[in-house]
Amino acid sequence: MKAIDRSVFYDSDTPLGDVVLSSRVRLARNITGYPFVNRAAPDQLTEVMHRVQSSQLGSVFEHGTRWVNLQSSDVSDRGMLFERNLISKPFSEGTHPRCVALSADGCASIMVNEEDHLRAQIYAGGFKLHALVGSMTQLDRSLERSLEFAFHPRFGYLTACPTNLGTGIRMSVMLHLPALRILDELEKMRRAAKELKLAVRGLHGEGSDAHAELFQISNQITLGRSEEDLLEEFAGVIVPRFVEYERQARQRMLETDALETTDRAHRALGVLRSARILTLEAAFKYLSRLRVGVALGIIDSVAMSTVNRLLLEVQPAHLARIRSIPASAADDDRAARATHVRATLDG
Amino acid sequence: MTRLCDHCDQPATVHETVIKTGVAHEVHLCADHARAHGYVLPATTGAAVSITQILQAAQQSQPRAPERTIRTCPSCGMTIANLQAVGLLGCPDCYKVFEELLSGVIQRAQDGASIHVGRHPAQAATLIDRAALRNRLAKELREAVSSEEYERAARLRDRLSSLGTAGDDDLGATLNTPALP
Ligand SMILES: [Zn+2]
Ligand SMILES: [Zn+2]
Repeated sequence: MKAIDRSVFYDSDTPLGDVVLSSRVRLARNITGYPFVNRAAPDQLTEVMHRVQSSQLGSVFEHGTRWVNLQSSDVSDRGMLFERNLISKPFSEGTHPRCVALSADGCASIMVNEEDHLRAQIYAGGFKLHALVGSMTQLDRSLERSLEFAFHPRFGYLTACPTNLGTGIRMSVMLHLPALRILDELEKMRRAAKELKLAVRGLHGEGSDAHAELFQISNQITLGRSEEDLLEEFAGVIVPRFVEYERQARQRMLETDALETTDRAHRALGVLRSARILTLEAAFKYLSRLRVGVALGIIDSVAMSTVNRLLLEVQPAHLARIRSIPASAADDDRAARATHVRATLDG
Repeated sequence: MTRLCDHCDQPATVHETVIKTGVAHEVHLCADHARAHGYVLPATTGAAVSITQILQAAQQSQPRAPERTIRTCPSCGMTIANLQAVGLLGCPDCYKVFEELLSGVIQRAQDGASIHVGRHPAQAATLIDRAALRNRLAKELREAVSSEEYERAARLRDRLSSLGTAGDDDLGATLNTPALP
């Protein structure tokens, strides 16, 4: 899976990239003439797979497409794809006929037979929602040349779950909010998100404490607004507002205790450069502290993209891949994680 | 005679043959387990509102229907009870069969919206019943104005005017956004 190691994944050098780790746009579509996945027979699901595999995917996939059949793929492939959010947990664990298309740069995927027949995703480091929505529109148009999508004049594009109806589009950003956490203002952030009809989740959708400074926010509403309105509201108003909350918190943190803030960042770098044992929790904790130090200009010897890359590579399947051992054989190897982090920061 | 829940000793209120990826399962669940056991929405949908809960509320608020009016989707065999248990529709035709029941559910899940105003597939645009759609949009517009939801009203007005004057190409207009470099 060498093809998917590209820096576009890690590069958050965009406006708002100090807080926005990555952007993602997802599209849900179903093909007419078949039941939705939850009521389709295996041979119908196989047919859906063949229909999608023989259709033109257009410019997003122009540099090549890799199809992975989930019924025959190995566990570490699935783990890698899951850690990169290119496939979902239920999709990686299912048993029914399903496959995923991966673009050459690893930034786009189309899950076939997830909850809907097609779940396309395009991903980029940093804040790039406008470009991603443009690419998704092209992908949608391209798919539509060979596939007829279920559409209802009143409800729009039809999905198995009514929460995805209409445009079928969900936009999301992964936010790095360490200062809000340190100042104990995450609850305020969650309330604001709820009022704005946004979903808030942890790194991989679960509320795991290990990744407690990374939050994914996404639009919940998919019906009654055009794609342009959704984009304008989410990317133009909502995301900048959350970024501003975090930036202000970072400034307050600096103003109230510059020495402690500076010490926290340098201490994190010290641990990451010297530790011989790193649990996933510890790696996330210190990388998060290092990242905010880099964003505030406290640390200038480490690139932001290096920190972003390590946030991915300390996860179990990535770590196993780097060490060229099967994921199933790799216990959570704390020593290997520490070695990889040291080598990356020194190199 | 009372059949008990598959998972506890409470009487089952949902009796269903659930077809999941081609395999039929007999399912008997109490109200709690129907909601709780495995039939909740997959995490990937990220739904803040549980559709099964809204559906149950919608069903309960309606006058008790005689047994024979329980509808089944002719295309996929989905029933209201199954819909409530799984929280997912079975096929595109389900949206027609259960439209009445669903429209309230959809409005609650979608912040009051019940009419699509986004992009259309190029092929479907020719199949749209424009007159019916125009009537529904006009009705929503009147409601939006009378409840002083002016942003929503403006969107509906835009959609109405594009329906009234323009051809299919306008409905299928793509986003004017730059592609990835
Ligand atoms: Zn029970
Ligand atoms: Zn149906």
